[in-house]
Amino acid sequence: MRKKFFRPLAAALVLPAALLTACGGESGDTAEAGAAGNTIKVGVLHSLSGTMSISEVTVKNSELLAIEEINAKGGVLGKKLEPVVEDGASDWPTFAQKAQKLIKKDKVATVFGGWTSASRKAMLPVFERNKALLWYPVQYEGLESSPYIFYTGATTNQQIVPGLDYLKEKGKKKIYLVGSDYVFPRTANKIIKAYAKANGMQILGEEYTPLGHTEYSTLVNKISDAKPDAVFNTLNGDSNVAFFKQLKSAGFDAAKLPVMSVSIAEEEVKGIGVPNIEGQLVAWNYYQTTSGATNDAFVKAFQAKHKGAVTSDPMEAGYNAVHLWAAAAEKAGSVEVEAVKKAAAGISLDLPEGKVTIDGPTQHVYKTARIGVIGKDGLIKEVWSSKEPIKPDPYLKSYPWASGLS
Amino acid sequence: MESLLNQVPIGLSIGAVLLLIALGLTFTFGQMGVINMAHGEFIMAGAYTAYMLQGWAGGQAVLVALPVAFLIAGALGWILERTAIRHFYGRPLDTLLLTWGVSLVLQQAARDLFGAPNVQVDAPSWLTGRIEVAGANLPYSRLFILGLAIACVVGISVYMNRSRQGRRMRAVMQNRELAAVSGVATGRVDQFTFFLGSGLAGVAGVALTLIGPVGPSLGTYYIVDAFLVVVAGGLGQLKGAVIAALALGMLNSFTEFWTDASLAKVIVFAAIIAFLQFRPQGMFVLRSRALT
Repeated sequence: MRKKFFRPLAAALVLPAALLTACGGESGDTAEAGAAGNTIKVGVLHSLSGTMSISEVTVKNSELLAIEEINAKGGVLGKKLEPVVEDGASDWPTFAQKAQKLIKKDKVATVFGGWTSASRKAMLPVFERNKALLWYPVQYEGLESSPYIFYTGATTNQQIVPGLDYLKEKGKKKIYLVGSDYVFPRTANKIIKAYAKANGMQILGEEYTPLGHTEYSTLVNKISDAKPDAVFNTLNGDSNVAFFKQLKSAGFDAAKLPVMSVSIAEEEVKGIGVPNIEGQLVAWNYYQTTSGATNDAFVKAFQAKHKGAVTSDPMEAGYNAVHLWAAAAEKAGSVEVEAVKKAAAGISLDLPEGKVTIDGPTQHVYKTARIGVIGKDGLIKEVWSSKEPIKPDPYLKSYPWASGLS
Repeated sequence: MESLLNQVPIGLSIGAVLLLIALGLTFTFGQMGVINMAHGEFIMAGAYTAYMLQGWAGGQAVLVALPVAFLIAGALGWILERTAIRHFYGRPLDTLLLTWGVSLVLQQAARDLFGAPNVQVDAPSWLTGRIEVAGANLPYSRLFILGLAIACVVGISVYMNRSRQGRRMRAVMQNRELAAVSGVATGRVDQFTFFLGSGLAGVAGVALTLIGPVGPSLGTYYIVDAFLVVVAGGLGQLKGAVIAALALGMLNSFTEFWTDASLAKVIVFAAIIAFLQFRPQGMFVLRSRALT
């Protein structure tokens, strides 16, 4: 019995290994990672299962769309891109493991992936150790600048600071902070408190709830007791649904208590239910309704593949990452990591959110900040923008009030 | 002071939610001793039932869904009991693993059927308002959940004490062998008990659409709380579940008011652990002459 069981098992283990060595022999260990043969392999690493799949699957789809577009135009350096899709399973060690696999076994030229800061922090040492390249497509808490990561989402001075500027401009002086209990909201709130202190704003309360928390009546009572002018919301995931449903049923709508959110995009609005969140504010760099021919083409192409789907900021940032990498590789004349990194500085493309330029020293991108209001149709309408792309400043060095943070 | 008073109805409504999600478990876990990790997914099935019925019931979907969800979740539970759990009676660890696996399968099934993002169930328009009593703010949706919890408790206690089938259920729970030799078909009673417990999870799921997210991982947010209520109240004790749910709701409401949500969770857990040190069987204990 035992022997019978082991024989197929052994075969199953040995066969792929043998195939791998055979393939390795054929291509003869090229110096150019991922560029062996007629295709260039690129990794796509997002959570396709687990709690984060809600958001990450859509980013994977937009990255695949960008890869397809590039291939339709002849690929990169005359070679077609071949995506290798892996599932991070909403589990941070899995992200590190799969990153290692993509780099070592698939020998991909670069990886596009990650969503939560926890997954990025888990992958960071893997990419630094292997001197491989990661493109991270989501807004985050800043205070990081790895030489092996390009950040195509907003850092704090391109999202949170403009959000605060907007509230200040509207005369909202008393702010209540609500967030999920992990690194992004806690860091963001540290920045918000420093900003408030320097700008004569008052923080009436700062509350964190565990990820996945669904009971908000006590918190709503506390907010109603504090009587703030506005709430700054850094809740993440499903908690947002419970928070807005219970806030609304306690009688707080956008007119009575504006809430500025930084983790709610078009996709999330559908799950919260438009009546519960209509009129509330969000801060991002891109909306499906952002005007421009490039965005019209992007929305049309995406909806042609995914019927009834919406496009959101992180999806657009993922789509951008692929195009920016391809442009850098073309400019470098190679997909070799150091060459791409060098060529990437200063690359500027016309993308759905407008002009996007890579900042060489920080490896972040220039982005236009946009404040939006959630409309009756569930889409987000821009009510304010920074007009010009803002230079990324992940350590907030150019803001005197932020000198104590790090 | 006014906001402190507000915490009393809030505690009551948290307690009602806890009670509603735990009621089904008092049957399947409390009476039959099955650690059903898939209970949360039966709650999810109830919530998605309301979503599906929205197509033709429109704004009244929540109301229409209550009986339908009871039948659907009940049927799911019955199938689970018939095909799998009954082969594992008396093996709690195996049952735990089995039902945990089933819960993962059901979550993925929901993801494949309805997509990974949350869906929205519109609350009926007559549930969107609120009343103010002595400064306290009471949303209708919370009152509805409170009313539903009371209705379920009354219904169950009448059923358990007055109906023939309910008495059989209690007989099997108190002493399975004696019930069997007295002519009670214990297997059939088990089937029906599991159907009932799972069906109540479906009802809870419909109510939860009013206040929380409706998505594939919905069940995982409530399953731990449900077990806590049943364990603290005493296995199989309806009275215990009611008191435990209200006590935990109040404790949660006030500790969160004075501290924050994360710390409140820690305090509630610590309080339950301390309580179980003194009363490992929970608040109420079933006294039986059985030797087991």
